[in-house]
Amino acid sequence: MSAMLTKLMLSAAGLSASGLAMAGTGAVADEFKWMTFSVFGVIIAITMAITFWAARTTHSTSEFYAAGRSVSGIQNGWAIAGDYLSAASFLGIAGLISLYGYDGFMYSVGWLVAYITVLLVIAEPCRNIGKYTMGDILAFRNDPKKTKTVAALSTITVSTFYLTAQMVGGGVLIKTLIGIDYEISVIGVGVLMLAYVVFGGMKATTWVQITKAVLLVIASLILVTLVWAPYGFSLPAYLQAVVGDEKVIAQVTKLLGDSAASMSKEELGQRFLEPGLFLKSPIDQISLGMALVLGTAGMPHILMRFFTVPTAQAARTSVIWAMAIIGGFYVLTLFLGTGAAMLVGSAKIAAVDAGGNMAGPLLAQYLGGGESSLMGNFMLAFVAAVAFATIVAVVAGLVLAAASAMAHDIYVGVIRGDNATPKEQVIAARISSVIVGVIAITVGILAKGQNVAHLVALAFAVAASSNLPAVFLTLYWKKCNTYGVITGMLVGSIAAIGLVMISPNMTYPKAVLASANKVLNGEPITPAKEAKPAVVASSFMCELFALEGCVKSAPAQAAAPEKPAKLAAAEKLAKYGEKAAGLEASLLTLTDEAALKTAKDDLAKAKKDIAATEKAKAKAEDDVKKFDGQTTSIMGLEKPYFLLKNPGLLSIPLGFLMVILFSLFTRDKRAEEMWDELYVRQNTGINAEAASAH
Amino acid sequence: MSTSNINWAAIDADPKFQELHRKKTFFLWGLMIFSIIYYFMLPIGAAYYQDLFKIKVWGVVNVGIVFALSEFVVAWTIAFMYSKKANAEFDAMTQEIINDATQKGTLK
Repeated sequence: MSAMLTKLMLSAAGLSASGLAMAGTGAVADEFKWMTFSVFGVIIAITMAITFWAARTTHSTSEFYAAGRSVSGIQNGWAIAGDYLSAASFLGIAGLISLYGYDGFMYSVGWLVAYITVLLVIAEPCRNIGKYTMGDILAFRNDPKKTKTVAALSTITVSTFYLTAQMVGGGVLIKTLIGIDYEISVIGVGVLMLAYVVFGGMKATTWVQITKAVLLVIASLILVTLVWAPYGFSLPAYLQAVVGDEKVIAQVTKLLGDSAASMSKEELGQRFLEPGLFLKSPIDQISLGMALVLGTAGMPHILMRFFTVPTAQAARTSVIWAMAIIGGFYVLTLFLGTGAAMLVGSAKIAAVDAGGNMAGPLLAQYLGGGESSLMGNFMLAFVAAVAFATIVAVVAGLVLAAASAMAHDIYVGVIRGDNATPKEQVIAARISSVIVGVIAITVGILAKGQNVAHLVALAFAVAASSNLPAVFLTLYWKKCNTYGVITGMLVGSIAAIGLVMISPNMTYPKAVLASANKVLNGEPITPAKEAKPAVVASSFMCELFALEGCVKSAPAQAAAPEKPAKLAAAEKLAKYGEKAAGLEASLLTLTDEAALKTAKDDLAKAKKDIAATEKAKAKAEDDVKKFDGQTTSIMGLEKPYFLLKNPGLLSIPLGFLMVILFSLFTRDKRAEEMWDELYVRQNTGINAEAASAH
Repeated sequence: MSTSNINWAAIDADPKFQELHRKKTFFLWGLMIFSIIYYFMLPIGAAYYQDLFKIKVWGVVNVGIVFALSEFVVAWTIAFMYSKKANAEFDAMTQEIINDATQKGTLK
């Protein structure tokens, strides 16, 4: 179960370790690289032109942080979509669907539903109350210096988690696609993004995000049209073809293992459209759902987008547009994912990248005419370029959010006590952007090869447990005050981070060593298993924590026959080598064409097995070297104490509870006095920050 | 954040503002609670009501797929309902409150 969720999180961050293994080569063949670079060049040129144009009108703080509040509702809707549809959703969800069918599609739903919270309770009040940052909203009625400090810390924490995942994911992605070295990819992404942010501020960032969103939608529409048109755009006819496909059936058979034996081909295919191939822990899923649905509304880079529009009405329009684009895109991923599963095949997708992130690009290549065709490689280059634009656009938004917290909240608000000249403020903003950008590049390079995937889920969990309760209760609850907000934010984020530190997300050397040793030394015979009924956990707490005397819940198990012993990697290699040598010898003697063909196919398969075994052996040896002698995780645990991957289920209610309790038991005169003003203003928009004239 | 020359308490006490507040609270909370319940029905259903989700209703299309797609439709419908209500009713009420306040001199 946890291995499955690890894969989910891996693809959620848009990265996978297997990409790292493909040193020097990428999905694009060498002879077509020039085309990829040309498409990349065109996209970089467009974004640079945007930045050049935006830089001429970016002088004041309002222009730098909020594009002069001159972005229209529709434009902002596209920019939100561009900011939000990271490589995780663009490549990750299509990949999950291509490998696991229904569960991948179900996973995408929460990302859209999150915008209902944004629309109904966050967007308009934030536009009416705020200036540039989340800290501004909280400081409206709470103690400005204290809340701005905590808000800035939380913003920087959330942005850094998300940023690290994006930088590492982006580096791996570019390497997998076109084979550019990881470090160079990370530096390239970082430098480009810094150029947009430092020179063009929010205006350049907004238009880069709009450009990326438009490209993404165009690419997806083309692919989906090509996939779906042969079936006359009929949903049942198309899905009928998907479930009847041999490659899909083979994938389901592989996923189901023992229990596939008793199922017919038709049942196996249909199983691809049914839940449960991937997500096995409902409580964990609900926890993740809570983090998504409440965390999006607390994401600093999303909140910041609402300060760029002239009015609350425009903020509303922008969420509606964002929901249409984001939702429409996720519906398209159903076709991208199932299309890739049927046309490219899950086995091939997983071979390039275990998390499935290459499903979309490989589908594009297939639809254009395949690996060796010009059109196929052009399509692949185009999709790769969109992925690249995706990374720089998302990273730019995050850096701007973190830099504004650093410059506007901490430097101007707290250190200078709001007494900085407009010129000083813009300089501070630009310097902060450079600092955050350099940090992002450094962390990105340092985190090479690390499993940073859980950082995306963690960023959402912290945003949902710390930022959302504080912002929400400040805006809607009369009794909310400084002490509640500060305690709630600190406890919420510490709880979220702390729970993840003791969760299955961390690396537990004992388990890693055990599986590495299995690969290296082989496994003994597994005795036959009798069918077991489902086990219910002894209490709800036992579902969450590894407590003493707990009975863990487990699903019902079908009876399994005895499994033969597994060979050690070295023995396996010897066996395959022998087989390959025998086949090669037989090639010389065989004359019958059919027999020759079979022998050739078998040889190719044996060679593939050798390569796969060698890879597994190298990884296992590496793991043994890395973890030899260690028995506990960095938190000193042998195995996870908290059993969920996502802490939201506990940390979100805790964040709310702390704000409420500490507000009830303390008094803060300013928070009470400012309530009338805050409430009238957030509802009416009187005195809201106006658009700057241009 | 200058608060000096506007009497916020007076606007807050305005019956029109109170009505806006009441209407908004009722409408927003209704939609919010409904959407959260509807969303969490999906993972709960997929985990505990798999037999229901597997029933085929349109060729190979099963209840699970229809339900997942309905999540999108419901999200869009909520967005549409809210924007319609806000554009037609809430914005007009807000404008009236601002006009009244300007007339009374609470707003300058």
